Amino acid sequence: MYRYDEFDYTLVNERIQQFRGQVSRRLNGELSEDEFRPLRLMNGLYLQLHAYMLRVAIPYGTLSADQMRMLAHIARRYDRGYGHFTTRQNIQYNWPKLEDVPDMLADLANVEMHAIQTSGNCIRNVTADPFAGVAADEIEDPRVFAEIIRQWSTLHPEFSFLPRKFKIAVTGSPADRAAVGFHDIGLKMRRGPDGEIGFEVVVGGGQGRTPLVGQTIRDFLPKADLLSYLEAILRIYNEQGRRDNIYKARIKILVESLGAPAFAELVEREWEQTRGGGLDLPGDEIARIETYFAPPSYPPASVADNALTQARAAYPVFDRWCRVNLSDHRQPGYGIVNISLKPTGGIPGDISAEQMDVVADLADQFSLGEIRATYVQNLVLPHVRLADLKPLYDALADAGLATANIGLATDIISCPGLDFCNLANARSIPVAQRISERLADPDRLEAMGALRINISGCINACAHHHTGDIGLLGVDRKGVELYQITLGGRGDGDAAIGSIIGPAFSYDNVVGAVDNVIGTFLEQRQDGENFAETYRRIGPAPFKEQLYGTA
Amino acid sequence: MNARVLTANRLGDGAVVYRDAAGNWVEALEQAALAEDEAAEQALLMAGEDALARQLVVGPYLIEVALKAAAPSPLSQRERIRASGPTVAAWPAQVG
Repeated sequence: MYRYDEFDYTLVNERIQQFRGQVSRRLNGELSEDEFRPLRLMNGLYLQLHAYMLRVAIPYGTLSADQMRMLAHIARRYDRGYGHFTTRQNIQYNWPKLEDVPDMLADLANVEMHAIQTSGNCIRNVTADPFAGVAADEIEDPRVFAEIIRQWSTLHPEFSFLPRKFKIAVTGSPADRAAVGFHDIGLKMRRGPDGEIGFEVVVGGGQGRTPLVGQTIRDFLPKADLLSYLEAILRIYNEQGRRDNIYKARIKILVESLGAPAFAELVEREWEQTRGGGLDLPGDEIARIETYFAPPSYPPASVADNALTQARAAYPVFDRWCRVNLSDHRQPGYGIVNISLKPTGGIPGDISAEQMDVVADLADQFSLGEIRATYVQNLVLPHVRLADLKPLYDALADAGLATANIGLATDIISCPGLDFCNLANARSIPVAQRISERLADPDRLEAMGALRINISGCINACAHHHTGDIGLLGVDRKGVELYQITLGGRGDGDAAIGSIIGPAFSYDNVVGAVDNVIGTFLEQRQDGENFAETYRRIGPAPFKEQLYGTA
Repeated sequence: MNARVLTANRLGDGAVVYRDAAGNWVEALEQAALAEDEAAEQALLMAGEDALARQLVVGPYLIEVALKAAAPSPLSQRERIRASGPTVAAWPAQVG
């Protein structure tokens, strides 16, 4: 894992000192709310419906066990004993007091964490494949470059007041587990013409009220040129992005209005002036960062473990969890364990302080002290010996963390919605809870195959509803919550935006409508198709007919 | 019939508060002062500006409530949820 150097420590500690002063001047009246608001947002502090909310960055989703213990401590000491993992690999606390926030940030700094770049019109915390460094299909660990981007972008003076927020995601695998097609910039590591590794650069993806899939503006960018090229993109956006209309201020609107080829040309022209200069990444600096992410030395592990085979045969529930929640590891004898934060009827992404401590202890015991957060609002133990799966499973089950539903219909992505969020128009969480209860039967759930349901409480689309096989968007019609259903979205490599299937449903009827859609899928599917495959084959008409009577 | 009450978030902890008839900021909507004409609304808004200036609250504004058996009930779902808190458990089920 990356460790802070003296510059990181100085920067984070100076920032806390500065914010402590700002909070105290706010509390004693020297700063008005109008003056304070942009300052608190630069430190991840929002004011929501019922309380302040502190969003803590988890750079590229990688956490140590000690960091997770600190998150638990903060939940207990300053909040209501829990935290909420977000759709950008971050964690939010829903109930902090303003006067406590500087102490929370100081505690976080003790474990090399902070809340910088989690709000405001800056380059936000960079996200990455949660299986980085361990995925069987990976070309190279993308976190090396996510960290380099973090160092370059943190408090970057030129890019601290962009037209709008700016999100970058990096993946090192062909399988996209970071939704790179829906970011302002998505970077996909790939091999170039001569076999060397670099990036495909995708720009202008995003959701919100204008959902767009990002477009490739450069097929191959050498590693050394990463920062100069990113800077060229940001410069063009900073100069030409719209500042007159918040709904048209994201880079996707600029790329869409110019056309990707014309935008690419502007970037290349800008880049010509700076490439080969001070932003070139020296090979030894890349190598220095690489050492932080070097693969751990794995204790020996047998590939075929008799005890595991026997345990799977003896315990069908454990066997199901292995089938559903385990992913392929590049190291023979190891697996990637996904911990679902979506128990039946639970709040997607919520985790209690006690559960955080359990995950931290289990990471120390079974995963070389490392944990990942996913944008799907789950956790990952990235380095688990297959021989340890049964004791790990038992401990997770004791803590209520062994739900076997990764990638299945109850692995719902949900924003906080109108229960917490100041921007929301409708509730998301209780809809997710009711769907999860309705679809809970584990046999039926597993038989349905991969199926993503996403629920956003407003058009800002924090829950990526455009990318769901089934997406729900909460809207407000004269003070009443209604839910639009979209079908056929994809968040992975074949990124696609779902289409609205018809008139919206009421809060009471939306769960039945989702069940109806799933019923149509099960009726129409052929030989083991998943939802996306069936939808692609038959289109929306049969779903529409079942939902609304006539086609 | 409908009336208006003044709401805001308390500066220190962000809690939802309402202005009562004695000029205090209280958490219970039932205790809020009701404005039933424009003059009363203006008086509440001015009290809000004053509280803002004295760093007591953030973002004061009027909301519309229906008076059912004399108890105020917000017309919008957003304000009903602000008044009574999240409709879901505000912390996950305790681990057994």
